[in-house]
Amino acid sequence: MTIQGAVAPLALMDRAKRVAAIAAEHADQVDVQGRFPAEAVAAMRSERLLGIQIPTAQGGEGVSVMEIAEICTTLGKGCSAAAMVFAMHQIKVSSLVSHGSGAGWHEAFMSRVAEEQLLLGSATTEGGIGGNLRNSICAIEVDGDTCRLEKNATVISYGDQADAILITSRAHADAAPSDQVMTVFLKDQYTLDKTQTWDALGMRGTCSDGYVFKGEAPAQQILPRPFAEIAAQSMLAHAHILWSAVWYGIAADAFARAQAFVRAAARRSPEAMPPGALRVAEASSLLQGVKASIIAALTQYEAVRGDEDKLSAMSFAVAMNNLKIASSQTILTIINHCMLICGILGYKNGTPYSLGRHLRDAHSAQLMISNDRILGNTSTMLLIHKQDTSLLA
Amino acid sequence: MATADTIRTILAQHGKLPVDAATLNEDSDLYAAGLSSFASVQLMLAIEEEFDIEFPENLLNRKTFSTIATIVEVVTELSKDQQAA
Repeated sequence: MTIQGAVAPLALMDRAKRVAAIAAEHADQVDVQGRFPAEAVAAMRSERLLGIQIPTAQGGEGVSVMEIAEICTTLGKGCSAAAMVFAMHQIKVSSLVSHGSGAGWHEAFMSRVAEEQLLLGSATTEGGIGGNLRNSICAIEVDGDTCRLEKNATVISYGDQADAILITSRAHADAAPSDQVMTVFLKDQYTLDKTQTWDALGMRGTCSDGYVFKGEAPAQQILPRPFAEIAAQSMLAHAHILWSAVWYGIAADAFARAQAFVRAAARRSPEAMPPGALRVAEASSLLQGVKASIIAALTQYEAVRGDEDKLSAMSFAVAMNNLKIASSQTILTIINHCMLICGILGYKNGTPYSLGRHLRDAHSAQLMISNDRILGNTSTMLLIHKQDTSLLA
Repeated sequence: MATADTIRTILAQHGKLPVDAATLNEDSDLYAAGLSSFASVQLMLAIEEEFDIEFPENLLNRKTFSTIATIVEVVTELSKDQQAA
């Protein structure tokens, strides 16, 4: 590794920490008002974090998924909503990087994302599909060089704030529900008619409103590979890893508060072990487990990157699904421990030990792609896939 | 022995395709024809049962089940190997 290569990640994390500090400052207000974390996203832009994953050839920094996951965790400690916006954006960028390379329009678009720090949104959810993003009802209409799409998108996170939306649909009017494509539409190529307002238990700043999307764009903006491949080869891993990294950050901040609570109690009366101390130890073990799962998944992903067969293998899908299930469940246990440790000061808002926002935000983890659906898919694969139970292989 | 017709029959029974399996030729993209990931597992199980074979881990991917021709090829290979073993 060159010296430059060794120094770059440090500088990158410094940039991320500056954004996280701004995100943390506004996190409570973003949550209470259910508003977009505008300050944090502005800071992401000024620190030029939105284009980091894009290859250097297109003006980005070619940053690895490991470093992006680390940024997600750092931001997650400050503001879950800002971190999740960043994660969702990077998941969309991963689809462009993995499946748009070599396609002229998409390469030029990547340059624009890096240059102009464009924020990418996602519209994979549709009314009537029952939450299965691998099915679409709407179909894209290709008419000569133009494509048109209308979609009842029941959730588009930060739809109002996105500069472009990557949206799924059936590949053509006669296509089967699972024969899908993904298309990039720029903000001036679509209209959004709001149908539902996001007033939710947690993750309130993601502004995941529902819209009727209507777009018209040059047909070359359709990603050249089937969405099934995009979903399996870039979205699945990026989503489960980056979401888990955000969730880990939320749990880590809750843990830091609980630990601070116990330390403060111990300092006041050093002769008596505070009652919550054992729970801190328990939460520490659980937190380490989440971290280890994320690192294992990152290592596995890095090892098969670029190998289409291995990326679409069942073993890989099962491993990524298992990460999502484990991290989404465990963070709730961790934050609940933290709440027991901090007691009423954790339950109340506005104290240094407040955990209500953490707990509410963390509840979204089991639902963003329902764990029951994921377990269902995994159980189907386990009818035929034999899990590798070796320790190191 | 695995032929395009036997695979087509199994596909018709277990593939849950929105189209008639008889209309698919050997090189038709089964995913474009509507084969879901859930149905592809059921198809694998039915093929394992029919030909008394087991798909090894490295073949449990999208490519193996992308067309009737690839399935015939894989099943023929596996039948040979696994009967020899």
